[in-house]
Amino acid sequence: MSTAREDILQRVRAAIGKQAADEPVERDYRQTPSLSEGEKIDLFIDRLHDYNAQVYRCGPGEEAATIAEALAARGKTRILIPPGFPAHLLPTGPTFVPDTQLDYREIDATEGALTAATAAIAMTGSLILTHSETEGRRALTLIPDYHLCVVYTNQLVETVPEGLRALGGRRTSPVTTIAGPSATADIEMTRVKGVHGPRVLDVIIVSV
Amino acid sequence: MSIRVGESAQAATFPKAAKKLLQNTQLRRNVRRATDTIRGKRDKVVDEMPDWQALRTAGQQIKKRTLRNLDSYLVQFEKACTAAGGKVHWARDADEANAIIIGIIQSHGQKEVIKVKTMTSDETRLNHALEAVGIEPYETDLADLIIQLGHDKPSHIVVPALHKNKSEIRQIFMDTMGLKELGHAPEDLAAAARNFLRERFLRVKVGFSGANFAVAETGSVCVVESEGNGRMCVTLPDVLITMFGVEKIVPSFDDLEVFLQLLPRSATGERMNPYNSIWTGVTPGDGPKEFHVVLLDNGRTKVLADEESRETLHCIRCAACLNACPVYRQTGGHAYGSIYSGPIGAILTPQLQGMEHSTSLPYASSLCGACYEVCPVKINIPEILIHLRRKIVESGGAALTERMGMAVAGYTLADSSRLGKAQKLVQLGRQPLDAIGLPGWSAARDLPTIPTQTFREWWKTRGAK
Amino acid sequence: MLISLFITCYNDTLFPGTGKSVVRVLERLGHTVEFREAQTCCGQMHYNTGYHPEAVTIMKKFVADFLDAEIVCIPSSSCVAMIRDHYPKMAKEAGLEKEVAELVPKVFEFTEFLTDKLGVTDVGATYPHSVTMHTSCHALRSLDCGDRPQRLLKAVRGLDYLELPAGDQCCGFGGTFAIKNAEVSTAMLSEKMRSVLDTGAEVCTGSDNSCLMHIGGGLTRQRGTARCVHIAEILASEEGDQ
Repeated sequence: MSTAREDILQRVRAAIGKQAADEPVERDYRQTPSLSEGEKIDLFIDRLHDYNAQVYRCGPGEEAATIAEALAARGKTRILIPPGFPAHLLPTGPTFVPDTQLDYREIDATEGALTAATAAIAMTGSLILTHSETEGRRALTLIPDYHLCVVYTNQLVETVPEGLRALGGRRTSPVTTIAGPSATADIEMTRVKGVHGPRVLDVIIVSV
Repeated sequence: MSIRVGESAQAATFPKAAKKLLQNTQLRRNVRRATDTIRGKRDKVVDEMPDWQALRTAGQQIKKRTLRNLDSYLVQFEKACTAAGGKVHWARDADEANAIIIGIIQSHGQKEVIKVKTMTSDETRLNHALEAVGIEPYETDLADLIIQLGHDKPSHIVVPALHKNKSEIRQIFMDTMGLKELGHAPEDLAAAARNFLRERFLRVKVGFSGANFAVAETGSVCVVESEGNGRMCVTLPDVLITMFGVEKIVPSFDDLEVFLQLLPRSATGERMNPYNSIWTGVTPGDGPKEFHVVLLDNGRTKVLADEESRETLHCIRCAACLNACPVYRQTGGHAYGSIYSGPIGAILTPQLQGMEHSTSLPYASSLCGACYEVCPVKINIPEILIHLRRKIVESGGAALTERMGMAVAGYTLADSSRLGKAQKLVQLGRQPLDAIGLPGWSAARDLPTIPTQTFREWWKTRGAK
Repeated sequence: MLISLFITCYNDTLFPGTGKSVVRVLERLGHTVEFREAQTCCGQMHYNTGYHPEAVTIMKKFVADFLDAEIVCIPSSSCVAMIRDHYPKMAKEAGLEKEVAELVPKVFEFTEFLTDKLGVTDVGATYPHSVTMHTSCHALRSLDCGDRPQRLLKAVRGLDYLELPAGDQCCGFGGTFAIKNAEVSTAMLSEKMRSVLDTGAEVCTGSDNSCLMHIGGGLTRQRGTARCVHIAEILASEEGDQ
C-alpha cells in the first residue's frame, strides 16, 4: 500500500510528464531605487501618514529624547521592550519592562511595546521585523494595542524587492511586514482601522 | 478517493441559481457597490506601477516554473521545512486531510482550534469534520466570523460577507455574542469582534491556517492578511497546523518579492496589506512549539494533468477576476454553487470537482475577457472556459436539442448554397418569429426585423463592377 | 487595393445594410470591393460553445475561400478576434499552420482597416445626430481598438459624440450566453441600456451588430429614446441621406 506522499508525487510526475528543462524567469520589474535619499525618506513618511501613523524624526543620539516625546504624546508610562533593546536608547521617566517570556495576558495588560526594526520599504510604507533581540518575539508587537518602532534611515530601501533582499540570512527567522495598523473592509467596504493587531503605530526615523 | 469542493456537488446549476439571486436587489446592490469599490482602488494602485506588466509576466513564469517541476519543489520544501523543525504531511483528498488534522489536535487532547481564513479548509469541509468529533473551530477573520455566526455561506473569495450590509451584521453579532447593546457604525462592529475574539486568541492552544505561498528553497510559509487574526493564529498557540494546496509552492524566497506586490494591489487595492507573516519551521521562544504542514491534492493533480488548463493552478486567490466580472456583478458568488466563485470558480470548480457536477459553470460567462486583463498571473480564463466547454460537449454533457441545433448549423455553414437556403427559411419565418419570439431571447428583447433581402442577394443585383 | 469583404453569417442574414455601407465607404475612398460568394462563417459560435470539430470545418472553408485575397475586411470585431486569436491554434490540428499564418495578417476589422491600413479618419461622412459608442469586448480587449472608432466618428460632419459611461462593461450578449443564461444576460443589458440612455444620445453605435442587436432589442422593447446603428452605416452616411 503506497503512502499518500508516494501517491501524490506519482500523480504529479504522471501529470507533468518528462522533467522539463528549466526556463529563466523574466524579471524586468523594478529592483533598484530611482529616488534620491531625501525623496525616499519623504515617500516613506508620506506613506506612513496615509496609514495615520505618527512619525517622528531625529538624529543619532536623539533616540531617547524622541522616544520620551512619543510616549508622552500618547500618555504612555509603562512600555514593554525586547530583552536585547539597547539600554542607552531608553529615556528616563517611563518604565520599560523587558519581555522575559511574559504570559500573554500580562502582555495584553501593558500599554504598548517599543522595538527596533530590520528594514523598511518606502514605496509601501512598510516596516520589516525579523524578531531579533532588539525587535522581540512576535507576540510583543501583536498583542499590545500600541507599537512604537525605531527605524534608521540606512535600513530604509525604496522597493519591495530591495526590502526582502535586505533580510539576508535573517529571512528564515520569523519575518513580519507591517504596513500600518490592522484594518478590515469587510463591513460594507468601509475601511475600519484596528481589528486585532496594535491599533496605534508610531514610527521614529533616525537619520544616519 | 473523495475529492470535495465544499458542497458544490449538490449545488443548483448556474442559470437556475442565478435566476433566483437576481431577484435579491439588496444583494445585488451590495455586490455592485463592493466590486466597484475594490476595482476602483485596484485600478488606482496598479496604474501607478510602470512595471505592472513586468510583474505579471514574472508571476506567470514563476508559477509555470513551479508546475513544470512540481514534484521536485514539493520534495525540496518538505526537506527544508523538516530541517527547520516542521512536520510535513501529505493528503490525497479532503477526508484524508481532515483526518490528519483531527489526529494532530486529538493527540494533544485539545477540543478547540482558532482558524485564520483559508479556502482549502472550506474545500475539505474541515469545520464540519471537526464538529463531528467534538472539536470546536473558531473562525477569526471578521467576514468568516460573520458567516459562521450567521450560518451562511461565503460569496466572495476575499470579502466573503460582501453580500451582507452592516445592519444585517449588527443583528448577527447581537444575537450570537450576548451583547445587550451595540453601535451601528462599522467601527462598533469591528470593536465587538475584537473583544469577542481576543479572549480566544489568548487562550486556545491550537491554531490552524492556510498559506498564500510556500517557499521550496527555504521551507518557509507566508500568510498575507489585513486584520491581525492571522498573526494571532500562527504565533500564539502552542501547536500550529497549516494546510495548503500543492500549487501554492514557489521555488525561491526571492519569488515572494513578485507576489507580495501582485497580491495586495490586486486583492484589496493596497500598495501593501497591513501584515505579512513569513516563518520557517519552529523558532524556540517565539511562536508555536510544534508546526505541522498538510500538503493537499484534492484534485489538483487532475488539473495539472490537463496541459491546456493547467494554468488554472497559477491562481493566487486575489479575486480581482471576481471584481472585474460583469456576470459576477449581477449574481454574487452563491450562484456558482461553490466556495470558488466568479471567473476562477467557473474554471477551477469543474476541474477539481469533476465535470459531471458542474457543467453549467464554464458557460456562466460572456467571454468578455475582463478577468484575463486583471489577472496578476495572466491566467487566460476565457480560453480555458472554451476548453472546458469543449470537454463538456465531447463527453456528451450537452443537451440533445443543443447538439442537434449545432449540428444543423454546422452543416449549413459549411457550404454557401446551404446557407442561402437556410436564409430563405429565416425570411419565410419572419412573421412567426415576430409573433412568437425566440425562447430565452424574447423575454426582454425584441428580435431584429428580418430583412427581405440578404447581403449576398443584394450583391447579385448590383451587377458586375 | 482590391478589398475582399467578409460579411459574416449574421450580418449577411440580419444586417445587410451594414455590408452595403462598408461597400459604399470603401468605394467612396476609391477602392474596389469584391464579394466571394462561397463565404459563409468564421466558426465562432461553434468554437465558443465547445463544438470544436464543426468550428475546424468552418475554419478550413474560410481559409480556402480567402487565402489568395489581397485584403479581407470584416465589419465585426468578434469575427476578427476569432480569426486572429484562435485560428493559429486550431490551424495546428488541421494541418493548416502555414496557410493561417499567411492569411491572418491580411484580415482586418472595418474601422481598424480605415485608420491603420488606409490611414484615414475623415471618410467624407455626414451624420447630424448625437451618437454614443458601445465598444464591444472583442474590439476593446482582443483587437485593442483604442480610440480608432472615436477618431472616425469625430471626423463625421454634424455628429455630436458623447462618451459612454462604464464603457468597458460587457453588454451581456456573449453569443449563446444570451440564450443559455438569458436572465443574467438581461441583467447586464439593463445596466448597458441605462448607460446609453444616461448619455441622452439619439444613437448608440458600435462595430459589432451582435452587441447592437442585443442592446437595440432591449431599447425597442423598452421604447427607449435611443436606437442602435452600426458604425459602418454612420460612416457611409452622406448629406441628403435620411
